[in-house]
Amino acid sequence: MNLADGVQIVSFGVLALMMLGAALGVVLLENIVYSAFLLGGVFISIAGLYILLNAGFVAAAQVLIYVGAVNVLILFGIMLVNKRQNFVPLRNAWVGKITTAAVCLGLFALLGTMVLATPWAISTAPVAGDTSTVVIGMHFFSDFLLPFELASVLLLMALIGAIVLARREFLPDALEREETQQPVLTLPERPRELASAAPGSPDRTLGTSPTQRNV
Amino acid sequence: MELQYFLLLAAALFCIGIYGLVTSRNAIRVLMSIELLLNAVNINLMAFSNYLDPSGIKGQVFTVFVITIAAAEAAVGLAIVLSIYRNRDTVDMEQFNLLKW
Repeated sequence: MNLADGVQIVSFGVLALMMLGAALGVVLLENIVYSAFLLGGVFISIAGLYILLNAGFVAAAQVLIYVGAVNVLILFGIMLVNKRQNFVPLRNAWVGKITTAAVCLGLFALLGTMVLATPWAISTAPVAGDTSTVVIGMHFFSDFLLPFELASVLLLMALIGAIVLARREFLPDALEREETQQPVLTLPERPRELASAAPGSPDRTLGTSPTQRNV
Repeated sequence: MELQYFLLLAAALFCIGIYGLVTSRNAIRVLMSIELLLNAVNINLMAFSNYLDPSGIKGQVFTVFVITIAAAEAAVGLAIVLSIYRNRDTVDMEQFNLLKW
């Protein structure tokens, strides 16, 4: 990373604030459409953090896969289950929320203490930087070849499984509706005998007319 | 820049994700919270990859795998949510008690 330290710290602060604010919005906002769009903000902020961590390839993959695929998929899911529904209020729901918040704060305190107390073995080796794409490719095709192939098989399984799960089952009432709609969808043509015998159209009586050739 | 900043940030994101996972009642919001958890893990992996193993970046390789699995998980999870919504006509997590005694 060629940026100066001050620039890095300021951009880290901005990205961290964006990410935490958007993540809190995802969890706390009532409208789920706002939550889905803020989730895209979280993903983009995380991509910026990856660029700060000298990982351009993974940042691009993050934007492509998370913002481009997962977030759009979630938005489609929200639209498909678009039901304006007020959930039945539970009794003593605030007890669960406060307990969960306390547990989460305790977990954060525990993790923070662990992070600050552990003597990390910071390496001083040269950073891969812009050659990280090459290094990742070397890893994929040498020592991570089996997980790479397994990931492709898993993606195929997820593809087929998602189609099988989300496919609409064959419903009898849907069949009836389809049959009632069938005459509407046919082309408004007259029967062939009436058209060929209609007066006032001399070209239809010629031998080269396609209607007569077909008859 | 220090490693600890990134780890603390990832811990905060993980805790927010846990809170959303437990307290959400909309099933799609639960899926979003799971994505937050996976992203927190990814930040951890990338930070360790940059500060502890900067030349042979194995953490980035693991992050790519986690992103792959997260994409598959989102697809299957949304398919399950759609299927449940079609059967039960709701996305309220409190009414999904199919497997509860």
